[in-house]
Amino acid sequence: MTHQAVPVKVYAAVFGALLVLTATTVAVSKLELGEYNFIVAMTIAVIKGTLVVMFFMDVRRASSMTKLFIGAGFFWLAILLVFLLSDYLSRGWLLNIHWL
Amino acid sequence: MSTTLPLAPTETPTNYLNADYGWKSWLFATDHKRIALLYLFSITAFFFVGGAFAVAMRINLLTPDGIFTHDTYNKLFTMHGIIMVFFFLVPSIPATLGNFLVPMMIGARDLAFPRINLLSWYIYIVGGILTLTAVFQGGVDTGWTFYAPFSSSYSNTHVILAAMGVFVSGFSSILTGLNFIVTIHTMRAPGMTWNRLPLFIWGHYATSLIQVLGTPVIAITMVLLGLERVLHAGIFDPTVGGDPILFQHLFWFYSHPAVYIMILPGMAVISEIVTCFSRKAIFGYNFVAYSSIAIAVFSFIVWGHHLFVSGQSMYASMVFSFFSFLVAIPSAVKVFNWTATMYKGSVSYDTPMLYAFGFMGLFTMGGLTGLFLATMAIDVHVTDTYFVIAHFHYVMVGGMVMAYMGGIHFWFPKISGRLYPEGWAKFAALLVFAGFNLTFFPQFILGYQGMPRRYAHYPPEFQVLNVMSTAGASILAVGYLIPMIYLAWAWRYGPKSPQNPWKAKGLEWEQSPTPPPTFNFEHQPVVTEPAYNYSGEEQEVKLG
Amino acid sequence: MADSEAILAPQEPGLRHHFDDSAQQLESSTLGMWVFLVTEVMFFGGMFGAYTVYRNMYPEAFASTSHFMNVTIGAINTGVLIFSSFTMVLAVRSAQLGQKKALIAFLVLTLILGCVFLSLKYVEYHEKWVDHHIPGPGFQYADSRYAHQAQILFYLYFAMTGMHAIHMIVGAGLLITLIVMAARNRFTSKWYTPVEMIGLYWHFVDIVWIFLFPLLYLIGHTK
Repeated sequence: MTHQAVPVKVYAAVFGALLVLTATTVAVSKLELGEYNFIVAMTIAVIKGTLVVMFFMDVRRASSMTKLFIGAGFFWLAILLVFLLSDYLSRGWLLNIHWL
Repeated sequence: MSTTLPLAPTETPTNYLNADYGWKSWLFATDHKRIALLYLFSITAFFFVGGAFAVAMRINLLTPDGIFTHDTYNKLFTMHGIIMVFFFLVPSIPATLGNFLVPMMIGARDLAFPRINLLSWYIYIVGGILTLTAVFQGGVDTGWTFYAPFSSSYSNTHVILAAMGVFVSGFSSILTGLNFIVTIHTMRAPGMTWNRLPLFIWGHYATSLIQVLGTPVIAITMVLLGLERVLHAGIFDPTVGGDPILFQHLFWFYSHPAVYIMILPGMAVISEIVTCFSRKAIFGYNFVAYSSIAIAVFSFIVWGHHLFVSGQSMYASMVFSFFSFLVAIPSAVKVFNWTATMYKGSVSYDTPMLYAFGFMGLFTMGGLTGLFLATMAIDVHVTDTYFVIAHFHYVMVGGMVMAYMGGIHFWFPKISGRLYPEGWAKFAALLVFAGFNLTFFPQFILGYQGMPRRYAHYPPEFQVLNVMSTAGASILAVGYLIPMIYLAWAWRYGPKSPQNPWKAKGLEWEQSPTPPPTFNFEHQPVVTEPAYNYSGEEQEVKLG
Repeated sequence: MADSEAILAPQEPGLRHHFDDSAQQLESSTLGMWVFLVTEVMFFGGMFGAYTVYRNMYPEAFASTSHFMNVTIGAINTGVLIFSSFTMVLAVRSAQLGQKKALIAFLVLTLILGCVFLSLKYVEYHEKWVDHHIPGPGFQYADSRYAHQAQILFYLYFAMTGMHAIHMIVGAGLLITLIVMAARNRFTSKWYTPVEMIGLYWHFVDIVWIFLFPLLYLIGHTK
């Protein structure tokens, strides 16, 4: 960090938020929400991850190049997951084409 | 090519070669130029090991019934593939010419992380030892593609050792890529803006992006494969509900971009050679620069074209086919730009340029046949035949290896301080071209006629073309051996080279002595002109 | 080699010879660590991909196996790791302020929390071993309808949490190195780059767990 030191209370607040979010995600997982269980859990995980990246890893104050690399990393992970799943999810699609 | 008397010993200037002596100064070197030479020797050694397997394969294929059993032949093509891909092609240009030239071309004293650079060479050697151990223990027979469930459940060979070798060598690749990315971002000389960078740098930057983003996935794939061989949990085993296609997806997610790791540095070298030997700035600098980045990005969304006949969904296949067509466009852009560079340039036919011509023609053929393979309707007929083999050898050997040879010859004076014998070099280049075409063109026909790949024995009607191919291979082998001999000779006994024998543009030629001192430059270079400013100089000559 | 030394910058403390100044060196180190973390994202990503594929393929088996995930230990471990990220960032802050004692204290605390995580992991793995849920020749699964698929899912569970644990162990080793370096006065408020870099690594390992926890322990849990 070449910037000013962040006050401890900022870190403490983030820490508190992370614990609250953890408790929330455990509590919500005990409810029967069907497909939404996954979406809620992943959303909370993304929020927690973002807090760690922005505050603990100081990306809030980092250069645009750093932010670009981080974005690229997650974008590439998305490429892997999306294209991989697109195969599995579309395997059953061609069963009812009568004109072929 | 004049012969000058060597300098008297007391006058020899200090350069990176004579700065220090003894094996420790080489094995513990952090100078990127010395590490480049460490890589050069190891990569050459692996090239010959991989080549030996190829020789055995081609001898076997002289007759329909061959001389090896099916099991042995399976091991031959597997080891040929693993060694050539992971221990020769992937590191080749980046680890040798890249390591040597990237800092020099941007005006830096070394790479960002010199000790990590040395570590990456040691990691490469460890990976190589693991793989050679697998060879000496009897080899692996899964194909370099390690397809499951054969590799995970049924093969009785040393799969885990070979997978570990690949896993380890992957980290060497990642560290090299990481080093290049950081160096190019943070250590450019004053005035060296992104659009004054040599295209060699753009090409290596794009290669490094692929290395960093793709290699970890094959690393985890090898881990999962090894773990599965031990535990037999069934992740890729269809008899218990596992999916072998998942292995293929994970494997090719890296291995397709890997082929662009293998070709982009070659294209980077060709850009440098073509502009120098046409005495003309590269045509469309921006297009060539951005096409490298475009290739790097697009290379990640085409891998499914290796899975067209595997059981992958038709819809996913269509998407992958479409993007496979798109990825050809930036490559074509480069070929057009090189051609346009030569147009109305002052072209000379020194050895590096001969290799560049070879590259441009053979890469184009290889690339066009890639489009046939990207077309699903054609692929179902020619996949897993010699057509595919011919395609990738055209781009890898006709393309990349020619670029490597061209680059080695182009920068040989800079690296060694000596000149190689041009006559022998031209002869070898022509032998390589002739031998290459005789080896691999018949394979297009064989594949089209239906000869499957990875077969030890074949029906007699394919013999004539196979004999032609083997004959070509023997010429090709001679074509590769000759430079080994004269380059080694020239290293020691060749005439001393002037600082810039090709009168090329670029910081490594113009502002650094030949051979370079340990910290590359005597004074911090400052860049004031665009890359390849050949026309500025020609104008001065005309007026003066 | 007097002639080549002419090009070197005047020496600042901690500055390596091939850099022009500390700012360039810090920029390089930081970018280098982030590029490395991107490789780690892709490394774990492959396993996340495999896991997602099988979860979608075998939803009933997945629901069945999720009853055997110890949510209590998982949740406690999540809290432990988050706490360790907090102590780690306080360690970096102490280094930035030149507070050697606080730096060492926070590094030690982070290390202890990391060891707590690993111990709880061991307890969990032991539980799995007792249940015969470790893939391999000893694997047994009560519900025979899903035995094969369960083995695949447990394999991925162990691969993902095991790889994460290996990264934690490496992190613990790095923390020990930092503690030793700090004790030997290697860090000043002007140069504490290794602390920062290893901090980034530690936070990354925490983030992987932040995603692993709900994916492996919480979802499918209610079915």
